Amino acid sequence: MALYSEKVMDHFKNPRNVGIIEDANGVGEVGNAKCGDIMKIYLKVENDIIADVKFETFGCGSAIASSSMATELIKGKPLSQALELTNKAVAEALDGLPAYKMHCSVLAEEAIKKAVQDYYIRAGIPYDEEKFRNIDCCSECEH
Amino acid sequence: MQVYLDNASTTKMSRAAIEAMLPFYDEIYGNPSSLHRMGQRAKEFLDKARETVAGCLGASPGEIIFTSGGSEADNQAIISAARYGARKGKKHIITTAFEHHAVLHTVGKLEKEGYDVTYLPVGKTGTVSAQQVSDAIRDDTCLVTVMTANNEIGSVLPVKEIGAVCRERHVPFHTDAVQAVGHIPVNVAEMNIDMLSLSAHKFHGPKGVGVLYAKKGVPLSNIIEGGAQEKGKRAGTENLAGIAGLAAALSEACAGLAGNMERISRLRDKLIAGLGSIPHSVLNGDRVNRLPGNVHFCFEGIEGESLLLLLDEYGVEASSGSACTSGSLDPSHVLLAIGHPHEIAHGSLRLTLSEYTTEEEIDYALQAVPKVVERLRGFSPVWRDKVNGIKPFIL
Repeated sequence: MALYSEKVMDHFKNPRNVGIIEDANGVGEVGNAKCGDIMKIYLKVENDIIADVKFETFGCGSAIASSSMATELIKGKPLSQALELTNKAVAEALDGLPAYKMHCSVLAEEAIKKAVQDYYIRAGIPYDEEKFRNIDCCSECEH
Repeated sequence: MQVYLDNASTTKMSRAAIEAMLPFYDEIYGNPSSLHRMGQRAKEFLDKARETVAGCLGASPGEIIFTSGGSEADNQAIISAARYGARKGKKHIITTAFEHHAVLHTVGKLEKEGYDVTYLPVGKTGTVSAQQVSDAIRDDTCLVTVMTANNEIGSVLPVKEIGAVCRERHVPFHTDAVQAVGHIPVNVAEMNIDMLSLSAHKFHGPKGVGVLYAKKGVPLSNIIEGGAQEKGKRAGTENLAGIAGLAAALSEACAGLAGNMERISRLRDKLIAGLGSIPHSVLNGDRVNRLPGNVHFCFEGIEGESLLLLLDEYGVEASSGSACTSGSLDPSHVLLAIGHPHEIAHGSLRLTLSEYTTEEEIDYALQAVPKVVERLRGFSPVWRDKVNGIKPFIL
């Protein structure tokens, strides 16, 4: 069996929603270069809907594929749905990730949450802090 | 176009090596330990292969022990010296910070058993000097093990001088020459080597077979217990086909050594010059004392695994040294040892050539690598921050 599924390879080779949004109103960055993974999500939220989403990723093939898939899964969706996106859902949509690469899907989930949180803060919208606890666990990694 | 540039990982077998192996599967299938004609015929070929290997290394046939590969040879050499040292109350081992894991993990195991290990720093160039070894030797040193050439960054170490120091101080000297044998001149007598490891598949021989050279009088302990093969130092019916393939490949590599070195070095230098023009990149390893077929770079702002996967899409098969593929988040210990921060060490690329590499293939790689680096940098948040002056460039 190949290291990655065909879907992972497709999203790695042809990443969707890659780039930046100049006038993004929510941005989230997680991970760190020491660990070899940084993911940055840009959101353009309009009327509580994710009108546009883009990403930039420094990382391995599965990190890039996870970012690509995660942006596809939340594009055009209401924020409430984006917040419900789990790393498991990202991995499943990619037809699975090797066990030691699951953290890439976690990064994708966290990057989105962080971007949504950033949107709430910028827009002055009150939010439930409990929902945003423990995001960006990679910034606390041992390096 | 398919371009294989991962010859430090393994090589394609040479025609001569394949031809040399075939008779041992059906014609000469005897067990060299058997007394009958079929067995003794096999024994003759085994002896002949041992002579060939000894001849290539400047050793005597009795000093050649066939093993399952370089890792086993490394394990046996180190364990042997450690066990012998312990009997004399010597439990200090000197090695380098950037050895292959077959060495590092073996000395690491001994460290847990109570041995004291000195890991010599390798500096920015990635080498150690004989002086460093000399300074580290103590009265209780039972082994110095320093690689002949580094598998990742290609530095060739001053093994002859290190060997001379060890000999003068009466300390056994082992060298992991897995990346060197068949690629640069290696002569155990001239280079003052007591023990040496080599592996056939690194020079167009078969996988699963290697050699431990142990100078006459150097005491060996067994790793594999059993029958009396290999003078009782390595049990198990000999892998005769593999050994024949090893001998044929080594013989061929030694005969063509000078010509191959010149041709491969020229292609290597072309590749280094071309990739060196990629901004914010660095060539790793000793520029002068370098394996003829090794090119190793770090590119800032990108990660090695994605670089390899994308290169593979272009048909260029390479390696990174990035531990990302081995399931750890830690980058190569070699790149950390030469002083790169984690971030830079993650963005590594190793291209390794062989005598089968053509100029056309090098030209193709020279087109592909910059494209892939640029594409990955194009959506790297790390790269963007550096370009925008938010974070400083390191390279």
